[in-house]
Amino acid sequence: MKPLDPRLLRRARAARTFLAASVLIGIASGALIIVQAMLLAKVIAGVVLQGADVTSAAWALAAVVAGRAVLLWCQEVVAQRSAAAVKSTLRRQTLEHALKLGPVWLSGERSSSLTTLLTKGLDDLDPYFARYLPQLVLAATVPAGVIGWMATGDLIAAGTVVITLPLIPIFMALIGWATQAHSRRRQRALDRLAHHFTDVVTGLPTLKLFGRARAQEAAVRRVTDRHRVASMSSLRVAFLSSLALELLASISVALVAVGVGLRLIEGHLGLETALMVLILAPEAYLPLRQVGLHFHASADGVAASEEAFRVLETPLPERGDRTDVPDLRTTNLQLYDVTVRYPGRDEPALDGFDLEVRPGEVLALTGPSGAGKSTVLAVLLGFIAPERGVVVAGGSAADEFEPSAWRRQFAWVPQRAGLRSGSVADNVRLGQPEASDDAVRLALLAAGSSELELDKAVGEHGQLLSGGQQRRVALARALVTDAPVLLLDEPTAGLDTDTEAAVIAGLRATGRTVLMVAHRPALITAADRSVVVGPRELVLA
Amino acid sequence: MSSWAAMRFIQPERKVWWRLALALAAGVAAAGSAVGLLATSAWLITTAAAQPPVLILLVPIVAVRAFGVARGVFRYVERLAGHDAAYRVLGETRARITARLEQLAPGGLSGRRQGDLLARLVLDVDAVLDLWLRVLLPVAVAAVTGTATVALIALLLPTAGAAVAVAVLVACTVVPWLTAWSARRAERSVAGARGEVAAAATETLLTAGEVIAFNATDRVLDAFSARDARLAAAERRSAWSAGLGGALLVVCVGGASIAGLVLGSTASITGAVFAVLVLTPLALADVLGGVPAAAQLAIRVRSSLGRVQELVDSPEPVAEPRKPVALPQGRGLQVRQLRVGYGADSDVLSELSLDMPAGSRVVITGPSGAGKSTLAAVLLRFLEPRAGQVLLDGVDLASLEGDQVRSVVGLLTQESHVFDTTIRENLLLADPGVSDLRIWRALYLARLGAFVEGLADGLDTLVGEHGARLSGGQRQRLAFARLLLAQRDVLVLDEPTEHLDEETGRALLADLFAAAGERTVVLLTHRPELVPDHVARQEVLLR
Repeated sequence: MKPLDPRLLRRARAARTFLAASVLIGIASGALIIVQAMLLAKVIAGVVLQGADVTSAAWALAAVVAGRAVLLWCQEVVAQRSAAAVKSTLRRQTLEHALKLGPVWLSGERSSSLTTLLTKGLDDLDPYFARYLPQLVLAATVPAGVIGWMATGDLIAAGTVVITLPLIPIFMALIGWATQAHSRRRQRALDRLAHHFTDVVTGLPTLKLFGRARAQEAAVRRVTDRHRVASMSSLRVAFLSSLALELLASISVALVAVGVGLRLIEGHLGLETALMVLILAPEAYLPLRQVGLHFHASADGVAASEEAFRVLETPLPERGDRTDVPDLRTTNLQLYDVTVRYPGRDEPALDGFDLEVRPGEVLALTGPSGAGKSTVLAVLLGFIAPERGVVVAGGSAADEFEPSAWRRQFAWVPQRAGLRSGSVADNVRLGQPEASDDAVRLALLAAGSSELELDKAVGEHGQLLSGGQQRRVALARALVTDAPVLLLDEPTAGLDTDTEAAVIAGLRATGRTVLMVAHRPALITAADRSVVVGPRELVLA
Repeated sequence: MSSWAAMRFIQPERKVWWRLALALAAGVAAAGSAVGLLATSAWLITTAAAQPPVLILLVPIVAVRAFGVARGVFRYVERLAGHDAAYRVLGETRARITARLEQLAPGGLSGRRQGDLLARLVLDVDAVLDLWLRVLLPVAVAAVTGTATVALIALLLPTAGAAVAVAVLVACTVVPWLTAWSARRAERSVAGARGEVAAAATETLLTAGEVIAFNATDRVLDAFSARDARLAAAERRSAWSAGLGGALLVVCVGGASIAGLVLGSTASITGAVFAVLVLTPLALADVLGGVPAAAQLAIRVRSSLGRVQELVDSPEPVAEPRKPVALPQGRGLQVRQLRVGYGADSDVLSELSLDMPAGSRVVITGPSGAGKSTLAAVLLRFLEPRAGQVLLDGVDLASLEGDQVRSVVGLLTQESHVFDTTIRENLLLADPGVSDLRIWRALYLARLGAFVEGLADGLDTLVGEHGARLSGGQRQRLAFARLLLAQRDVLVLDEPTEHLDEETGRALLADLFAAAGERTVVLLTHRPELVPDHVARQEVLLR
């Protein structure tokens, strides 16, 4: 993990502004620390040696303390505001890029982990900006200034700090390197432990079904205890790096203090200088110790931003930019030898598939579950690029065209209707925002769902509608567009036989090309012809 | 929100207390060493300025070096002892929660998304670690060390001691309060906007296919950006109060030092003591510095543990009979005027009567929310009816123990839990002593035998977290094989085809009915059309 990810500065302008402001605030804080030390040293020496008056010094010190407080407050405010801006930039960029990468890339685990990243994960950047980065800046500015100033008073003390200070990061790195395996092992042990508990807790209803739940309390205690012993033995080693840091810092301060004291006795040094050195010495180590402290607290934020960058740096599939897509009302659509393999799978989802779709025909794709019927639709929609083979319209390959122009030829009804919160009409208008109320009503009618009010709210994920209603709204959403080709994935599942017949008749009446994944005999016989996808080795579902 | 004291489940066992005390003592020793280092150094240097014989300074010189070494060593001890104790508390808490959940699950955990609820619970319980390591211990160390410093200064000059006392008191009360107030204020003002952004992001990713297919990407992103901008604006507005606690802490420490300066300059004390009065408070910056962060974290820890508390406090869904009767021989089930509901909500099921003779097939349909899963919970005695009875061979289920009922009635749900272990271990859950022969028989009956036989590791194949290495259909078949092994006479199938596509669901149901044999099968589904036509069944519609 890098201390400061340059990608963060490149991607988010707010991060650059923040860094500049932090450096200014850091320099000012360093200056105030030195001024405070000088004032304290001077006034203490004055009182001890001459019994001087402290009133003016007290006011000056009060002003310095107030200044330090204000700077600290400014730093926090700037950090929070910058974090807000950076998070906002990353959220928008990540979501946009993820959508460009498409639903196949997003499928499965990725979608949920990305949701977590966009909703909660990036919030972990708050401590990164509020604590870690400012300390990193302070660690770069304050020690240099402090040591420089100490050197003007007492070269030997400054020398002590100069020699010991670099030892801290060196030792930390060495120990960190030596204990890496240990801390990885510990992390794994902790993960396993948490995982066991999760598995038991989420599986409790099942355990109870089989009369095995009672034993779990003891099992959890036993497993936790075993892992605690293991992780404590790793911790003993892992904490060594912070032990080295603390020891070096405080022993160095002690060395400086004793050295200065001895030189005072010999008369080589004035009291004021000695006090200043004593006050400044711990300040030289403080920022470095704080960086170490906040490093772990902000690791989550860094991990979150790295995940965002991983998404952002995933290259987009190369697509052309032609917008003169042939009109599929009049042009044939062909698939030649199309082979598709989903990432991480050995078996191709579609193997050397050929298909010709003629304008105006109703074509059913049949075949066993898992044979790749939905994949044919995904290829046509450009959700996944074929590994081999080509989709052709009017003599040009599909990937020569700009994706959104190509997609305007198609309207899609997925197997699971993904509705968005809003009204029924909002959902129907997804692909045709300017459709009139009458057009929406007509589409709903054709989808067999005339009973739905246009302004009825569908709820989150469409949960205010029944499953059948959701499917019919999804169907109406496709019908309302003027796309020449309808891609339907089991369009009539969840409809009763009468409605099904009406819907199929409605589809025919539009005169559009229909390519549908079909299981039910009624649907297959209603098609002009049917094509079997496969054959492949049958895998038991 | 429940108070800390009410959270009995997080309280450490007695034998852990002394470990916590050890961590506290080591922490105080470490922080005290930091204070001692600065105080003795100040004394040493100021005394040395008068150029006394070196012998006088031997003791302070040794003390300075000792404090220098001690801080690091004690800090190391504190961290080890603290982590050890906190992990012990976590283990105990997890065990207690497991025990409580065993009583509650699944009937007492209302709400639909039980899986999410439980997964969240696991994370919430982990907050116990933060509570001890990052909230309670640091604050206690700061308070004790602060008090000790006050005592030291007060010994030297009582008025200065009073000033430092005020500083420590403010740092341990007002500073955390201010920090917590600011954090809560910020949370309140952004919570709404954050929820909206989360909802928009979730929805956009869930419907990514549609959004892209219908070329609605720009519109959807613009809507997202508008919400996102509102969140960022709310966060910017709430930023001003963030650093107040930290700034006040700087003022406290600086003020204590200035007070020592002003009060000490007119008092009749030696120069060395005067230097100690002025400089020692500066060491408090380090000691008290962790308080604001602890206060901020406390809010999150508290809401996490509050959620756990809420769950722990939920009433038990079933009262076990004091004297359970013996299990009857017959396997016929009768439902008599059943009325069921959750908490104070209205009835989910009312006046339901059903006859399910031994060996019969009953298909219970109805839209979601009609009470199908609720009925399943009652049949398995996971839930107590409000009125009416379920009779097993004429014996009221309420007079039987839950485990007795569940030794007769088995359940297959839409999301059967598959444990992250091997296929064999998952199956042995049903009956630990069962032979491989019977395991294979059950697998073949569930039509998973050929698949498992084709796997390189066979029965010893790991299935992954929540059975992730299996398809949805395979997972359900594995759970069904497990149910067959358990040899229950009544099988309740609650939407077993819910997450499967139509064809897979149809095939699964056909196999389920075929393998059930002599057993009674109660199928709860909203897709009755998937049931094979040849199965003779009684159909019941719930409304």
